[in-house]
Amino acid sequence: MTERPLTLRSGAEALAAPLPPLLAEAEHLATTVIVGDHGRRRAGLGDTFWQYRPAQYHDERRHIDWRRSAKSDNQFVQDKEWQIAQSVQVWVDQSASMAYASRDDLPSKADRARVLALASAILLLRGGERVGLTGGLLPPKRGEAQAAQMAALLSEDHPDDFGAPVADGMLHHSRAVFVSDFLGDINAVERALSEAADRDIRGALVQVLDPAEEAFPFDGRTIFESMTGAMRHETLKAADLRDRYLDRLARRKDRLAELARLSGWQFHTHHTGDSASAALLWLYSALERRS
Amino acid sequence: MWSLGPIAFGAPWLLLGLIALPILWLLLRAVPPAPLRRRFPGVALLLGLADDESQTDRTPWWLLLLRMLAVAAVITGFAGPVLNPQDDQPGSGPLLVLVDGTWADARDWPRRLDRIEAALDNAASDGRPAALVQLTDLPAEGPVFQDAQAVAQGVAGLVPRPHDPDPAAIAAWAATLSGDFDTFWLSDGVSRDSRAVLLEALENRGSVRIFESPRPIFALKPPRYEDGAISIEALRGQTGPDTEIRVDAIGLDPAGVERRLASEGVTFEPDAKAATLDLSLPPELRNRITRFEVQGLSSAGAVALTDDALKRREVALLSGGNDREGLELLDPLHYLRQALTPSADLVDGTLSDVLLANPDVIILADVATLSELESQDLQDWVEAGGLLVRFAGPRLAASDVSRDAEDPLMPVRLRVGGRSIGGAMSWGEPKALAPFDTDSPFFGLAIPDDVTVNAQVIAQPDPTLADRVIAGLADGTPLVTRKGTGQGRIVLFHVTANAEWSTLPLSGLFVQMLERLAVSTRPAMPDMEAMEGTSWMPEDVLDAFGVLQDAGALPGVDGARLAQMTPAADMPPGLYAGEDRRIAVNVLNADSTLSATAWPARIPVEGLDVVRETPLKGWLLGAALVLLMLDILAALALSGRLRGPRAGVTAAIVVLAMAGLPTPPQAQEAESPAPVPEEFAVAATSNVVLAYVQTGNPRVDEMSEAGLYGLSNILFQRTSIEPAMPMGIDPETDELAFFPFLYWPVTADQDLPSREAYAKLNRYLRSGGMILFDTRDADLARFGSSSPEGQRLQAIARGLDIPPLEPIPQDHVLTRTFYLLQDFPGRHASRDVWVEAAPADAQAAEGMPFRDLNDGVTPVVIGGNDWAAAWATDETGNPLVPIGRGMAGERQREIAMRFGVNLIMHVLTGNYKSDQVHVPALLDRLGQ
Repeated sequence: MTERPLTLRSGAEALAAPLPPLLAEAEHLATTVIVGDHGRRRAGLGDTFWQYRPAQYHDERRHIDWRRSAKSDNQFVQDKEWQIAQSVQVWVDQSASMAYASRDDLPSKADRARVLALASAILLLRGGERVGLTGGLLPPKRGEAQAAQMAALLSEDHPDDFGAPVADGMLHHSRAVFVSDFLGDINAVERALSEAADRDIRGALVQVLDPAEEAFPFDGRTIFESMTGAMRHETLKAADLRDRYLDRLARRKDRLAELARLSGWQFHTHHTGDSASAALLWLYSALERRS
Repeated sequence: MWSLGPIAFGAPWLLLGLIALPILWLLLRAVPPAPLRRRFPGVALLLGLADDESQTDRTPWWLLLLRMLAVAAVITGFAGPVLNPQDDQPGSGPLLVLVDGTWADARDWPRRLDRIEAALDNAASDGRPAALVQLTDLPAEGPVFQDAQAVAQGVAGLVPRPHDPDPAAIAAWAATLSGDFDTFWLSDGVSRDSRAVLLEALENRGSVRIFESPRPIFALKPPRYEDGAISIEALRGQTGPDTEIRVDAIGLDPAGVERRLASEGVTFEPDAKAATLDLSLPPELRNRITRFEVQGLSSAGAVALTDDALKRREVALLSGGNDREGLELLDPLHYLRQALTPSADLVDGTLSDVLLANPDVIILADVATLSELESQDLQDWVEAGGLLVRFAGPRLAASDVSRDAEDPLMPVRLRVGGRSIGGAMSWGEPKALAPFDTDSPFFGLAIPDDVTVNAQVIAQPDPTLADRVIAGLADGTPLVTRKGTGQGRIVLFHVTANAEWSTLPLSGLFVQMLERLAVSTRPAMPDMEAMEGTSWMPEDVLDAFGVLQDAGALPGVDGARLAQMTPAADMPPGLYAGEDRRIAVNVLNADSTLSATAWPARIPVEGLDVVRETPLKGWLLGAALVLLMLDILAALALSGRLRGPRAGVTAAIVVLAMAGLPTPPQAQEAESPAPVPEEFAVAATSNVVLAYVQTGNPRVDEMSEAGLYGLSNILFQRTSIEPAMPMGIDPETDELAFFPFLYWPVTADQDLPSREAYAKLNRYLRSGGMILFDTRDADLARFGSSSPEGQRLQAIARGLDIPPLEPIPQDHVLTRTFYLLQDFPGRHASRDVWVEAAPADAQAAEGMPFRDLNDGVTPVVIGGNDWAAAWATDETGNPLVPIGRGMAGERQREIAMRFGVNLIMHVLTGNYKSDQVHVPALLDRLGQ
């Protein structure tokens, strides 16, 4: 606090320097998705028409929709859709394994995951929802400024190899998004999902994979290492490992899908070679799906 | 060299390296390829997976095999293998290499030289002394044996001779042989009597081996001219199945470039040694032929030179003025044609075309004046050796050619008018000819009694006249005069070539006189008595390869020697020039025969084909390189670098490294020539098109185009002529014959046309085209040289064949071809318009209001009234240039338009309106 305003400003700007690309990219991605009004798909307090129902004794006379009632003998009242701001909490895997990109023209998994998460946050914020990060880092709030703060927090990298979803600090009855490659410990994912299910939190699991991880195009005598070098596996003929690796990958995806189904979540695999807008669209519609 | 079957090795000890290959196999087998390190997050899923196969840490067998082959190829390559090694020749002692060196050798001469070199190399490596002797170039003493290497230096200097070896010289040389030696004789395959003698002498000295080429020998005999066709006989050395050769006739084309003028195939029947080819060619081509060649053989025997024997005299006949059809007996050329057709080839055409054909004689019958360029060309032709024969006639008498000063194309000066003897109004009777002088070419000809002369032109008495007269009348007046100019001669007959002025053309004396003048063809070969004592210089000689070369400073040959027609060292085959003719000496003369050699069976005869030894080192090393490249690819594939994430880069580098072959250089595609302007021709001829000559001045050209456009419109509206858009032409490049009418505006700085353009323009004028010259300055100057444009016009017209001109007479057909006009204004209204002069004796027939002035269309109309400006309109029909002032100006424009219509009508219909049938209507219009 004893800093001069100028240095504070320049320091803040230096801090904010990595943010604009991510934010700009996320906003750009967000514009590719045209969202309509999302309702809660139930009757309740709101603006838009939901349904006609016969008038009950407790309905006030001024609520009767005379046009609809004139078509028949009974009297009808319009129900409006329940629109209420909801909370969405996002977790993005920021571990070292996400920093992998098999080709120079592909973004790293971390970049893609961050952009997806931030774009969906922006969309939700524009729709009036409250978005935040899990783990108590950023409680859900409304407003565009939240996006900038999210961007700042998401830009950090963690040094461990594989990440586990953080499920503490989440509000009850809210929504959540976990974006990761889920190649790490599956039990941690199971624990996180069960904790979320305890709090009646529904959401979406987005697995971001690189096309090379999906296809395993390696051959010959190879030594595979993890991104930090902690794990290594040596093989004399990588092509032989392909079938078994793909088998294991499929089983991992099946396990994730099963976990998601059991907890009422949605699961989707996205490859960095594919278009991000498709994933964003899926994510957005998954969050709006009726629980 | 150590040889293994067909392969010999230069360094055989290197092959021991092949033993090391199995050791290499064992070594390579045990070394696995290096591993690749990859960062991969999915390694979490890989943990715990074990490799299936256990033998993959070795190099696969096919990779090993590839490497072994590469190494083996390298080792074998460096051992220097050679395919088909040459074996050396057996024998010891001195070696005599004998070469025939005649024209029959010339075909394979490089291979013979190679064979001699190979033989001398073998002799050198065996340490035998050698000697090299050429039978057509025998040294005085016997062969001198030297070190074979020293003799091999002189092989490159051996040159074949175009004649056969002299039997006497061979016999003399055979007598000088001494010592023992082996002989290696490269024979040419033609049998001669001298061979037996020499063979016997050589066999006495040692063994003899003969080398001969099995290829057939062809030769041509000299061509003969029989009944309009040339017949050439071709001979071949060996009989065999039927073969066909092609004989080309080569000569100069009109541009002086040597070309193949005709090519025919000659087929030899099976077992025939001779075949005859009959070529019938047009006389023009026949006279141009200089030699006949067998296609594809470069040998002097396959070339037959032609000389004057094939040539008939080419005579061009030209007469002045237009020929009138139907009056054949009055045609001056009729009698000449009758006289010359049997014995000479006649050429007709315009003078410029005729000069291109380069005839031997040009006969001008009653041609008075020639344009400057034409007379210059004619003089050049005469000085180059042509004979110009001129006949007199009314035109020559009426013109003033050679009156004051002697015209370069006339042998004498002429008096004005000529004389008429024996006519109705003259004294005396028609004169007869005097006997010919001893120095006249006509000496000895008998003069018939009925040859009389009743009119002639007379020569001025000059100091030189007496030398030039070669025939005269009984009273001493010259009848035929001649002078020499350069290498040619000019002869003038003072009478006409038809029977108007004399009866000479009707008699046989005429034909004989023409023959004596060397107008007709001479006989083929002079006889022996005529040849003795004459001396002939060689002009061109043939070398043994059949190439005609300039003789340079070779000495002359006596006529008697020439008549033997056997070429030898002192008389090489070629063209020999005498006084007035040339004779060709060919390798074969009319009696020669050709047959193949027949060696006794005890002599080994080998062909010239030497199986070349091919070194295989390059091939093997190249194969090793290819195998190593494949090895690189295979190693990359095995280590997975070709399929992983960075595979693209690796593949690119590998491809670049291997495909480093340079692309074959592509020659630039030859530019196809610009397309023939057929569109121009089609546009110019599909309709009537009025054309103007482009002067280069854009304003003048625009005005011309607008003027002709306006005139075309008026013609379209008022007459049945429907012209298309006018076109601008350049006389240098465009074809003039498409246009009936040319409008030529003369500017002071116009370029003069070139010679070719003048030729085109003259031809255009002569064939009926009309040029309207417009100097556009009638407000400043009259016709003549008083203005710059007038002077330019005079300069331009100097080269054109323009007839005498006069101002338009009142009854010229131009005044009545469409409209009745007496004025020909343009922008200016001057009366100074000139057309071709009418003949002086034109009279109006009874009852006709006009004279019959000209038979055809006047070739030029010259004036200065700037007609294009008067005719000029834009696309909508508005006139571009103001003419005069007010209504008078418009009237003048209208008259100018009418003049234009009259002019085009005159061009297209000629003197149609001079016909009698129009007279009543004309009289009616004229108000009589």
